[in-house]
Amino acid sequence: MSNQSYDRQNPAYYALLVALVVMAIGPIYLMLVTSLKLNVDIMSDSSSLFFMPTLRNYETALCDFLWYEPEHLRRCDPTFGRALVNSLIIGLVSTAITLVFGTMAAYALVRFRFMGRDVVSIWTLMMRMVPPAVLLVPVFGIWTFQFGFDGTRGGIILVYVALNLPFVIWILQSFIVQVPIQLEEAARMDGAGPFQVFFLVVLPLIKPGIAAASIFTFRVAWNEFLLANALADRSSRTVPVTIVNSLTEFDIDWGVIMATGMLLAIPPIIFTFVASRQIITGMTAGAVKG
Amino acid sequence: MSIARANRLTPYLFLAPAGLVLAVALFYPILYMIYASFLDWNPSQRIGEADFVGIRNYTKLFSDNAFRESMGVTLKFAAVVVSIEMFLGVGLALLLDRNIRGMSVLRTLFILPMMIAPIVVGLMWRYMYHPTVGIFNKTLKSWGLDSIPWLSDGSWAFASIVIADVWQWTPFIFILSLAALQSLPKSAMEASRIDGASGWQQIIYIKLPLMMPVLIVTLLLRLIDAFKVLEVILVMTNGGPGLSTEILSIRINRTASEFRELGEAAAMSNLLLIVLLILTFAMFIYNKAQEARAARLRVVEEET
Repeated sequence: MSNQSYDRQNPAYYALLVALVVMAIGPIYLMLVTSLKLNVDIMSDSSSLFFMPTLRNYETALCDFLWYEPEHLRRCDPTFGRALVNSLIIGLVSTAITLVFGTMAAYALVRFRFMGRDVVSIWTLMMRMVPPAVLLVPVFGIWTFQFGFDGTRGGIILVYVALNLPFVIWILQSFIVQVPIQLEEAARMDGAGPFQVFFLVVLPLIKPGIAAASIFTFRVAWNEFLLANALADRSSRTVPVTIVNSLTEFDIDWGVIMATGMLLAIPPIIFTFVASRQIITGMTAGAVKG
Repeated sequence: MSIARANRLTPYLFLAPAGLVLAVALFYPILYMIYASFLDWNPSQRIGEADFVGIRNYTKLFSDNAFRESMGVTLKFAAVVVSIEMFLGVGLALLLDRNIRGMSVLRTLFILPMMIAPIVVGLMWRYMYHPTVGIFNKTLKSWGLDSIPWLSDGSWAFASIVIADVWQWTPFIFILSLAALQSLPKSAMEASRIDGASGWQQIIYIKLPLMMPVLIVTLLLRLIDAFKVLEVILVMTNGGPGLSTEILSIRINRTASEFRELGEAAAMSNLLLIVLLILTFAMFIYNKAQEARAARLRVVEEET
């Protein structure tokens, strides 16, 4: 592809492109810059271009994990550090469970003809649109009064798995359909059982789909606020919950809040740069065919 | 015989774990919510102790001005953001659909706003809208203009949340329509060019009609998501000032946690769910119709 020729465009076209890029990433850049400023610099009226970048806000947020004691802090507030650990555990565990269960279900829906198959696919499609706000009341009631695991990480993980499964099943179906069935038949001829066929033949072939699905799942679990807010107690709060809790009407410590926001934004940003092709595939799957 | 039976059971075994989780943590809660919407229930009670009040929650909602206003805000918000985003997204896709270097980098940068946490998006915009330290008012001030009450005045606040949502979600429509554009048959474009169609004619008579199936699905997807928006607005305005930006999901959250009326919140959730079900169903029907049409065309092609 190296000798592919590109069309030459007029300057206005490139100007539009630059403007769009600035608009798209401007706010994110602004957040990064603010997180590197002292509050004096944030509040000052003078131009925001010249300031001494400092990591102090990050030190404040992450003081729990530092091997030294930041000198500007009198007391270390471990709230954010704890929330970061919770978010990581909840995100990773719920993604892993969703993917294992989701691929198996998607495989069954594509490859086997069985009673109730159509009903199941229609329902997974329907469930895709259930917003967290709708689950707020029942999940709070059931988790608190019936299952008794409100305030635990397990409870939050269970909701996230359920919330993500329909989407994961739906997106993986479109990848599994493309696996040539002859491969599976050949494996079965060689004496592989259904589970061996699935884990040794199908799974390796749908890696791109799994990558897309896991990014979407992790993103939902990592970013979600409402249900985590309703279910978590002090020890199991996630990062979004702590950020909203520290937003008060007046006297917001913008530097530290922007630093925590940046830390929350970093994993999705990394995913975007590493796997933008898979993400776009995931977004366009279903809407655009081929 | 046992092998055949094992084979018959396999699909159910594969489905079982997912089915179990969905049953326990999705279907059951939804049924529970439908039941709870007929109860007078506050968070300190077990559900069994709550009184059954029939459809009182619903009648109360429909006579409640605050709820009607919040429903109005939700519908207005969804309609406004989706039409602006469709217009901008499709327009940009048509404009930028050229074969240039770096298109993939561009797409990557454009999906960033969708990937980062809605909480963070709200945070960034709240900071930018800040009356004194925010970049918008700082810029206005340096130009010698009056500052604008971005989040503290009702109609400005509504405009502000629309702007933030447009920033976040226009790229979604842009990327989907770009993908649709690039999968259009080259032959149709060439034929129209040979027939002497101008750029505009090409767009109106060829590109847009051919993209239409994708555009309609995109529109429905975006509409469904517009009803789900919560965190961005929660962080920026928390529904205020007054009720000017209180969309339905924020109202549900407040009714449940501030007013402690779980029954009423459940009734609201039910109504929201019904709206979303209708939209999803429309998308489903449309997809099926498209597939049927494609299949029919294929049959016709094979016959000729």
